[in-house]
Amino acid sequence: MNPNELQAAGSGRELLKVAMPKGRIYKVASNLFREAGVPIPSDFDDTRKLIIELPEAGMSFIMAKPVDVPTYVEYGVADIGIVGKDVLMEENKDVYELLDLGIAKCRMSVIGLPDWKPVIHPRVATKYPSVASQYFREQGQQVEVIKLNGSIELAPLIGLADRIVDMVETGQTLRENGLVEMETIFGITSRLIANRVSYRMKNEAIQSLCDKLQHAIAAKPGAGV
Amino acid sequence: MSKPKVFEKPIGVKDYLPHAVSKLRQIENQVLACMDSWGYEQIMTPTMEYYDTVGVASSTSDQKLFKLLNNRGTTLVLRSDMTAPIARVVSSVLKDAQFPIRLSYHSNVFRAIEEEAGREAEFYQTGVELVGDASPDADAEVVALAIASLKAAGVSRFKIAIGHVGFLNGLFEEALPGEREAQEDLKAHLLGRDYVGYRERLRSLTLSEEMQGELEGITRLRGGQEICSQALALSLDETAQASIRHLCEMWDVLEAYGVCEHVLIDLTMIGDFKYYTGMTFEAYAADLGFPVASGGRYDNLLKQFGRPAPATGFALKTTRILELIGDSLSESISERVLIGYDADGRTAALDAARELRAKGAAVSVVTERMDAASKAAVRDAAAGGTGKQVHYKGVAFTKLLTFFGGERERE
Repeated sequence: MNPNELQAAGSGRELLKVAMPKGRIYKVASNLFREAGVPIPSDFDDTRKLIIELPEAGMSFIMAKPVDVPTYVEYGVADIGIVGKDVLMEENKDVYELLDLGIAKCRMSVIGLPDWKPVIHPRVATKYPSVASQYFREQGQQVEVIKLNGSIELAPLIGLADRIVDMVETGQTLRENGLVEMETIFGITSRLIANRVSYRMKNEAIQSLCDKLQHAIAAKPGAGV
Repeated sequence: MSKPKVFEKPIGVKDYLPHAVSKLRQIENQVLACMDSWGYEQIMTPTMEYYDTVGVASSTSDQKLFKLLNNRGTTLVLRSDMTAPIARVVSSVLKDAQFPIRLSYHSNVFRAIEEEAGREAEFYQTGVELVGDASPDADAEVVALAIASLKAAGVSRFKIAIGHVGFLNGLFEEALPGEREAQEDLKAHLLGRDYVGYRERLRSLTLSEEMQGELEGITRLRGGQEICSQALALSLDETAQASIRHLCEMWDVLEAYGVCEHVLIDLTMIGDFKYYTGMTFEAYAADLGFPVASGGRYDNLLKQFGRPAPATGFALKTTRILELIGDSLSESISERVLIGYDADGRTAALDAARELRAKGAAVSVVTERMDAASKAAVRDAAAGGTGKQVHYKGVAFTKLLTFFGGERERE
C-alpha cells in the first residue's frame, strides 16, 4: 500500500479514540496492544505529546493521568480507555467495563502495624476515600477516613491514622516500613472501558479490538480463561 | 457551605440566554409538530407532585428526587420525569377516555444528583406516552416516532438500540431456577455495564460449560434481526421466547415504517428491571457522549394509580440535543427592524411598527436620537444595499427607520 492509499484508508473512517494511562500501566498496556496486532511504535513510550494519531490502526491515543481516564471515557471525549480497577472503584463512573486485561496485577488492602488493636476513634488514611468508606461501612465499622495524596504508609508510623487502605503490589514497601497487610478488599487488574454511546456507534471497531485483545490475553502464559 | 456569591445559582441548573432559547424553542416546536402529526396531543402537568403518589411511582431512585415540604408538612417532589404524572392523569382526570390514549409533552424535569457536569438538576424533555396498547405495533410506533422526532430536531447521525427485559429474566430463570440472589447479581452487573464483573460472577456459579458459554455470549448479542433467531436458539424459557418474538414482530413493523437502518437489537440494552416490563430502547447520536433519548414499556405503572393498563413511551433529552446541534440551526426570524422616534414622530413610528410586526418582522423601538456612530452605520448600510446588518448598541438589525420631528426620515 503506498502512503496515499494508507492515508485514504485511515481517513475513510473515524479514528477510535483511546485514553491510555501514563506511567506504571502504560508500558504493559502498550505491549499488550502490540501483541494484539495494534502497531504502537516504541517511540510512543517516551513522547511528551498528549494526543498521538495512529491512522494505520484506525486509532488515536490520548495520554492521560490514570485517574482521569474514566472521566474522559464517560464524557465521550475518548471512546475507550485503559484503567486500573482501583480507579474504577473509586471514581464510580458510568462506563462499560468490557475486558479484564489481566495486566498490572495488584490488590487493594487494609494495612496496619503488626500490633494493631481496636481503638476508640478509628482513623483510616487513604488515597481512595470512597473505596475505604464503603468497605468499612460494609464491615459495620464507623471510621474517620482521611484523604492523603501520597506516601500513605507514613500515616500509621507517625500516628495520623491507625490503619491505611492502599494498593499493594509486592508488599516490599510495607515490609520495609514494618507494616502488615490485614485484609484484602479486592484484586486489581487493568480493564478496558468504553463510553456508552461509542460502544453502540463504533460497535464494530470496539468489538474487533476487544476480540484481538482477548486473544492476546489468552495466549499469554499462565493466563486464565 | 459558604454564602453564595451574587452571581451563583444552585449546582446543576442553567440560564438560557436569548440565542439559546430561540434554538431550544425551534427544536421543541419542530419535535412537537412531528408528534402532533402522529396524533399525539400535548398536555401539561404541575411541577410539584406528592411524594407518596408520583414520587414513589416514578422510575427515579429515591435519593435522586428533589423533595420539599408544603405548609402542612406533606412531602412533595419536583417531577423527575413526565411518565408518572401522565399515568396519574390518565388514571384520574382522563379515566373516562378510551384506550389507546396518545399524549405528548415538553417540560422541565428535576433530578437531585452528584456534582458532575453533563448531569443536570433541571433539564428539558420532549416525549410521548402511548397508553392502553400492549402490541408490538405500539412499541414499534413509539420507536419510529422517536426516530422521526430526532430527525425533526435536526439530529442526522444516530442509532437506536432496542432490548427487552423479558429475555434476560427468562434466560436467567432457566439457567438458575429459583436462585434469586445470583440472578439479581448478574442483572446488577449488566445494568451497571460491568461485563467483567458479570463474567466473574458467572464463573463463581456452578453451571454447565455450555450454559456458561451461552450466558457469557449474550454480551455479543447485538445487530439486526438475525440476533432474534440467535437468541431464540439460546433459551427455551417461555418468557424469553415470548420476548424475542415480540422484538421480531417489532422489527417487522419497523421495517414497514422504513426506519430499520437506524435500529439495532441489543439484548444487553436493559433498563431498570423494577420499572420496565418489556422492550426498552436508547438513542445515541454521533459526537455526544450521552444518550439523546430513552424509552420503553412499563406495564405496571398505571396499576399503581388504579387504572391498570399497558403503556409505552419515550423522552428526548432536548437540552442535550441543543448542545449537539445548537450551532447548526438557522435564525428563525429573518427581519429585525429598529425604529427611532421622538414625541412628534411617535404616532407615525408606532403605526409603522404595527404594520411591520403584522408582517412577521421583529421590531424594536427607541425614543432617543441615534448617536453619530449609529447614523454613520445606517448610511453605510444604505450605501451597501439591503443585505447588510445595522448594529445599534451591540445588537444587529436588518433595517433601521427613524421618525423625528413629525416627518419620516428614512436613512
